[in-house]
Amino acid sequence: MITARELRKVYGSNCALDSVSLEVAGGECLALLGPNGAGKTTLLRILATLLRPTSGSLRVGDVDALRAPDRVRALIGMVAHGSHVYEDLTARENLRFWETLRSGDTAPARLLGALAQVELDGVADERVRTFSAGMKRRLGLARVLLGEARVLLLDEPFTGLDRRGRKWLNEFLLAFKARGGAAVVATHSFGGGLGVADRVAILGGGRLLLDRPAADLSPDALHRLYESLTDAIEGAP
Amino acid sequence: MSYARRAAVVLWKDLLIEWRSKEQANALLFFCLLLLFLFQFALGPERDRLAAALPGLLWLGFILAGLLALGRSFLVERENDCWEALRLTPGDKSAIYLGKLLGNCVLMAAVEIILAVLFTVFYNVDLWAPAAPLALVMGLGTIGLAAVGTLFAAMTTQVRARELLFPVLLLPVQVPVLLATVSATQALLLGQPLADVAHWLKLLAGADVVYVTIGLLTFEFVLDG
Repeated sequence: MITARELRKVYGSNCALDSVSLEVAGGECLALLGPNGAGKTTLLRILATLLRPTSGSLRVGDVDALRAPDRVRALIGMVAHGSHVYEDLTARENLRFWETLRSGDTAPARLLGALAQVELDGVADERVRTFSAGMKRRLGLARVLLGEARVLLLDEPFTGLDRRGRKWLNEFLLAFKARGGAAVVATHSFGGGLGVADRVAILGGGRLLLDRPAADLSPDALHRLYESLTDAIEGAP
Repeated sequence: MSYARRAAVVLWKDLLIEWRSKEQANALLFFCLLLLFLFQFALGPERDRLAAALPGLLWLGFILAGLLALGRSFLVERENDCWEALRLTPGDKSAIYLGKLLGNCVLMAAVEIILAVLFTVFYNVDLWAPAAPLALVMGLGTIGLAAVGTLFAAMTTQVRARELLFPVLLLPVQVPVLLATVSATQALLLGQPLADVAHWLKLLAGADVVYVTIGLLTFEFVLDG
């Protein structure tokens, strides 16, 4: 589904991403681990076509994402640091706005159904300004749910979610994989996303340090490997 | 999904947010009142001086209020990174520009009407007699100002020095619109018929067509940075 080859992103003299190659197939979830500043967000933004790499190639499905980003965007759902919602609109109005722009299908039952899935149907007509950070994140996920994306790119999606929210998100990712979708979950903590990941990749200093099946690594082994790899990068001149 | 519906939903969203937050409306209203007081002190009670300066003052008020309104029109998209989500929306992005432009036109027209009413009250001038032709000039001028202003506001919204950059970019491009609107307004306030300002109206209409077309064609590139 996603095929990235030798992605490189340079800002002036700073190389944010250096020769990163990865593949994520349909029905697969890749957990992208790395400390702050490792290049996770840069990589996700490139995969989402929000940022153009300095060099390298990217295909999503059978589309060249660098040549036809607009075709790829129809396949992508993204939950980034910002929740992509307007504070002075209600939850329902936010979904109606984004769905009018995306597909035009704003049937009330459909919007309410998405809100019910993220357990926000009870506050559908309340302004987002009154929501907690976790509720805003769930509303962002409801927007993605409506999009029927085939590729999900999630940047620190577990931040701000309580235990119930985390459980719900894990279940959602499992269902998404079962439908044949490809997901990339970037996180700097071991708390979320690893349970549903099929593969684990570690990014450090803009380079891909590890890419292995999750089943090959126990949580302890992954933790040790992560620390040794990232410590080596941070200690490097 | 129709193009018009996409533009309409952006217009609906902007107006609804403005109606609820009243962020721009409050700032613009106080700004208009301040402007009128300043003009009143600067010009004094002499009606001849006022009559000569009125078209310029009127449009100075419109432009300054417009700069304030247009410059802030994309700030709402920075909240929670909605700008990013707009970029990820598939389909023709010019509909987003059109919706934003219409929203800015509505807001500016509301401010202009309030400012014009306040001018008649503060300065005891008759803007009612030439109201219809004046509305035409104001309408065409507003579209011209908003068309470029919306595009430049989008260009500068992600820039740190946007408050400085926005008027520096906008005002030189607006020279034809400003010349035409001030000249046409002056002629209408002196009691000349609409036919006498036809050449200015043609210039305004031409500038509007060029500016709106450029905005529609280039907005996608601006949005993608």
